[in-house]
Amino acid sequence: MSAGDLLGYLDRWSVHPGDTISCRVSGTAGDPYQANLVRTIQGDTNPDGPGYRQEHIPLDLGGPFMAQQQTIETGSFAIVDHAEVLAVDNAVSIVATIWPTTPQRGRQTLFSRMNEDASTGIELFIDKSGALTAECRLDGTIVTVSTGCTLLSQCWYRVAVSHDAIRGQLHVIQEPVKLHPAISDRGYGVAITPVGTSPFDIRAPLLMAASPPNDSNDRYHYNGRIYNPYVLSRILVDSIPDRPTVGDHLVAAWDFSIEIPSQRIVDVSGNGLHGRLVNLPTRAVAGPDWDGSCHVWTHDATHYGAIHFHDDDLYDANWQESFRVDIPANLASGVYAVRLERGRDTFHMPFCVRAPRARRDSDVVFLLPTASYMAYGNNRIGLDVPETELVCGRLIELTDQDIFMQTHPELGLCFYDLHNDGSPVYYASRLRPMMDFQPGFIGKLGGAGSNVWQFNADTHITGWFDAIDTSFDVVTDEDLHNEGVDCLNDYRVLVTGSHPEYYSASMRDALDDFIERGGRMMYLGGNGFYWRVSPHPELPGVIECRKSEDGIRAAAPGPGEYYASFTGEYTGLWRRNGRPPNTLVGVGMVAQGFDRSSPYIRSEASNDPRLSFMFEGIETDIIGDYGLSGGGAAGIELDAANVELGTPHHALIVASSSGHSDLYLVTPEDMLDPVPGLGGSEAENISADIVFFETSAGGAVFSVGSIAWAGSMAWNNYDNAIAQLTYNVLNRFLNNTPFNITPSSSKTEILP
Amino acid sequence: MSHYQITRADRPFADEFMRNPMGPASPGLQRVLNRMRTDTRAGKYVLITDVPYKQWTLGLLPPNRGVPVERLDDLVFDDRLEAERTVFRLRWQALTGEELSL
Ligand SMILES: [Fe+2]
Repeated sequence: MSAGDLLGYLDRWSVHPGDTISCRVSGTAGDPYQANLVRTIQGDTNPDGPGYRQEHIPLDLGGPFMAQQQTIETGSFAIVDHAEVLAVDNAVSIVATIWPTTPQRGRQTLFSRMNEDASTGIELFIDKSGALTAECRLDGTIVTVSTGCTLLSQCWYRVAVSHDAIRGQLHVIQEPVKLHPAISDRGYGVAITPVGTSPFDIRAPLLMAASPPNDSNDRYHYNGRIYNPYVLSRILVDSIPDRPTVGDHLVAAWDFSIEIPSQRIVDVSGNGLHGRLVNLPTRAVAGPDWDGSCHVWTHDATHYGAIHFHDDDLYDANWQESFRVDIPANLASGVYAVRLERGRDTFHMPFCVRAPRARRDSDVVFLLPTASYMAYGNNRIGLDVPETELVCGRLIELTDQDIFMQTHPELGLCFYDLHNDGSPVYYASRLRPMMDFQPGFIGKLGGAGSNVWQFNADTHITGWFDAIDTSFDVVTDEDLHNEGVDCLNDYRVLVTGSHPEYYSASMRDALDDFIERGGRMMYLGGNGFYWRVSPHPELPGVIECRKSEDGIRAAAPGPGEYYASFTGEYTGLWRRNGRPPNTLVGVGMVAQGFDRSSPYIRSEASNDPRLSFMFEGIETDIIGDYGLSGGGAAGIELDAANVELGTPHHALIVASSSGHSDLYLVTPEDMLDPVPGLGGSEAENISADIVFFETSAGGAVFSVGSIAWAGSMAWNNYDNAIAQLTYNVLNRFLNNTPFNITPSSSKTEILP
Repeated sequence: MSHYQITRADRPFADEFMRNPMGPASPGLQRVLNRMRTDTRAGKYVLITDVPYKQWTLGLLPPNRGVPVERLDDLVFDDRLEAERTVFRLRWQALTGEELSL
């Protein structure tokens, strides 16, 4: 696989047979390309692995197609489309309170209202030097005036631009909300403009945090927060009122604390000048009034009247449809991809085909962890995070896809990245090309060996199904979130991916329900069920995660910002939401490290008759001292049993890993007091557990607690003890005989 | 970020690394590696994959997003361990001023 200019994305990642999928493609304009439908069986291209395999599905997608060059515009902003009412005769002022985060990063627009040819209008912006500047254009005459005072990053300022058409004056005002001793960041400016006409007397939308599209191809996106913007039809010369007053020449006033989950901004002036947001700027962030007395925006939204705009925000690449694929009614459920090809360039756009509606074609369902794919989508861990080499214990390997991503930052960010202003990324969207959501992709954190991650690592599991000749249906996280347990009904065994880390409340409920109804679950991964995420209730294809308080994370949310703007949920660890992973699968995250993986050693308890089905054909006590993900079955991210965190009391610890290197370190949530000895060679809790337990409804759960497990399943062409053990469990789980909750090994002896 | 100053006293750890670049590292070698591997992004050594799992060219990370990764075209490896040893030598020289003749 290679990365060139040919790339694209699908409108959805999950379909039923008979559905239609929309493909949006970009390539060098006029270049022909071919498109095919393939079934992804095994995507690891490591020569030591079982071999890359995909099946070509004979379906004419209508190609060859002529490529169209499509671009992605990042940067969020607000727009008030129908701003005609804003036309004022002689005087206008635009006011806001702002918290810039990159005042020294070049010109950044706060407000812009320009007619189509940009000959008349007003703009308020931060100039190259970081000072607030106003610009007035009247029939091509441009007048600019700056305060000459540099704004400090992450400080609140009241700012205004004001124009007086009668006197012909343009004013700019910059006032810090709190004084900064010895810093001169309060400033005013005034300039002369032509007399008699207003730059606001135009028919044009009003933009916040960006300029309208222009010849320079730079819309001067703003990084930072805007709070309480309003427009007056009177002049402000040297001071700014704290709040707008209805009746005092108020033309428009946007209260960002209203309708926080939406992409609408609401005008409370009575003039109905509502606007909309583009590219998902961050809502539910602290405004200047936030004082620590309220942490939940749904309790008192007035603390949360700011919006944080970023020049690298992206929701929907908004590409035109290039072609559609009608999924044949007889196509078996599985993991498929639309493969784009031009010469040696290929690009895969994977998706899941489910069983036909209200039908099950297998007793096994594979839950494709698409929320976690989104959370990691286009991550820049190898490009932006120098410590990656340290935690991997070897040089970072960049692939063609990384090299492409580095020069195309417009492909957007994920939860492992920081915004250009250093703030955490709260929203992750799938409506954009994903370089790492492709078979064949080599990751960063997948351990020495194949170094596969997320989707491509999960093809070790789909490849295993193929190797053991077992058919399976597929559903995605998004299906699980939308449909709840209904999409799992009538499946006997649910198999997870290698790293199902991100879970919405509805997804978690669905799995709890599945288990409660007697479902059997095989959790073949690590670091699962860790973060709570909030899919947007209306916008498709986007999830929110604020990594509050704890957990391994790229950045901490700001104080008071722990609740999702999409839903009001507290989106930290599931553990902090009272539902640790242990309460679902018996194990929970304890450590991570990315160099070498270790084997498991069977426990005494593994001889319990309750586990008699598990070890058929397995001779040794040490299992999994081989594998494609770090050379062992226990590695990368490790989960362990912990009754205090909700592992059922009757759960059996079947085997535990040991011998992890000092690049394995305990998680922050387990490290209350930093003390020496937190590495794998010393900390006794750095160990993965294989756990099994029966449920009261006759079902059972089997968890391996390791991301590297699947890489060992695929070792030696799926012929090894880890694959055998996994097969034994699947076999027993497929058998309808209920599991007996009463542990047969526990006897009450009455002594004489 | 580590501010550990690598000195001549760390020389045995260089020998250890050359013998076994992929670890596990002794505590002393790990301390040296902690210093070497926490460079700031700009100019940090990385491998650019030419042929997956087979061949790599050494590269340097750029300071900012959007700037291409620099290729050091005369440093091509078909052995990962050799790449690790080469970068160790380069960093040893940069951090101690002394050439590592290993
Ligand atoms: Fe993870």
